[in-house]
Amino acid sequence: MTDEVVLLSTWGSMFGMRASIALAEKGVKYEYKEENLENKSPLLLQMNPIHKTIPVLIHNGKPIRESAIIVQYVDEVWNDKAPIMPSDPYQRAQDRFWVDYIDKKVYDTWRKMWLSTGEEHETWKKELISIFKQLEETLGDKPFYGGDTFGFVDVGLIPFYCWFYTFETYGNFKMEAKCPKLIAWAQRCMERETVTTT
Amino acid sequence: MEDEIVLLDFWPSLFGARVRIALAEKGIKYDSKEEDLRSKSPLLLQMNPIYKQIPVLIHNGKPICDSLIVVQYIEDVWNDRNPLLPSAPYHRAQARFWADYVEKKIFELWSKVWTSKREEQEVAEKEFIEALKLLEDQLGDKTYFGGDNLGFVDIALVPYYGWFKAYETFGNLNIESECPKFNAWVKRCLQKESVSKSLPNQHKIYEFSVELRKKLGIESVGI
Repeated sequence: MTDEVVLLSTWGSMFGMRASIALAEKGVKYEYKEENLENKSPLLLQMNPIHKTIPVLIHNGKPIRESAIIVQYVDEVWNDKAPIMPSDPYQRAQDRFWVDYIDKKVYDTWRKMWLSTGEEHETWKKELISIFKQLEETLGDKPFYGGDTFGFVDVGLIPFYCWFYTFETYGNFKMEAKCPKLIAWAQRCMERETVTTT
Repeated sequence: MEDEIVLLDFWPSLFGARVRIALAEKGIKYDSKEEDLRSKSPLLLQMNPIYKQIPVLIHNGKPICDSLIVVQYIEDVWNDRNPLLPSAPYHRAQARFWADYVEKKIFELWSKVWTSKREEQEVAEKEFIEALKLLEDQLGDKTYFGGDNLGFVDIALVPYYGWFKAYETFGNLNIESECPKFNAWVKRCLQKESVSKSLPNQHKIYEFSVELRKKLGIESVGI
């Protein structure tokens, strides 16, 4: 029996992109359903009644919700190729920590910067830049957060890259000047077909 | 070579309690270091420079931070006994989802109940009870969220109990009557030594919460 895999998402969602990239890394064929968040489908409301958010992965009729949880699920089910989580428990804990850091910090700080003006805006801008500098420091000299291979934190962070231009424009700064190593990392990720076709 | 395991902790912390329970479930011996959160130790600042918070598990000198990440780490390392997460990927994903719900939603609603002014308290309490009822639905007729054995969601949620009980004295919540299934589940958890020995005494939590409310300038309700 073939697997039936459906992904409910929206085109600009960084969280949805995490799920798409993970599925692409594993070569999983799936049906993509674009959601209109102003008019959520009955399927979305049925599959995620708690949060009513995307992404939702539906595997043989059963829903998996929350992007970081979806990525780990995809890694565990399609475990025959392209491992996303490291095998070492300590490294797994570190990866989970940094994806959680991205989840707690990046989106909220971006919104605060976007929605504020004057001195408050400057404060949030500084905070957003310091978050990316921290992420750059965590990367160090490795080609990817996963070391030589594309891993959980890479999947977790790269979708935010397509929002860099928006952050830069609203914040009036250049990411390349502030975090050149992070830009170099993003460009390496963009060489992967699994990322560019998402 | 013997493992060196240290837990940086703070006795009333429900996040610390999660780790204590997980370590007890796995029968792991460790050294506990009590932190004074008003004067954090150099060790804590070194081991968790990002958030500067407890709990931190230090395993052979290497730190693991964030209570639910620590519990998953303990599960991954000591994977030969008392599994805390299901083996099937779908059920693991559901356990992670509900632990995340406790982490985000229960924390958010509980914080509102705890810090809301008198006028907003009724709304906050109602929303909180609705969330507990949702968790009751999720528990269903199972002994624990983990099924026959204590699992990830049980560990994430049960440490809140002492704080819920402490609040009942201040507010209008009566969890036993409003969420009897939840209450019954708590009692079952407390029968396990790994839980009863890891959770602080309820009276001590009450006294601590009185002090905390004074510090935060929150007026008492109904007293």
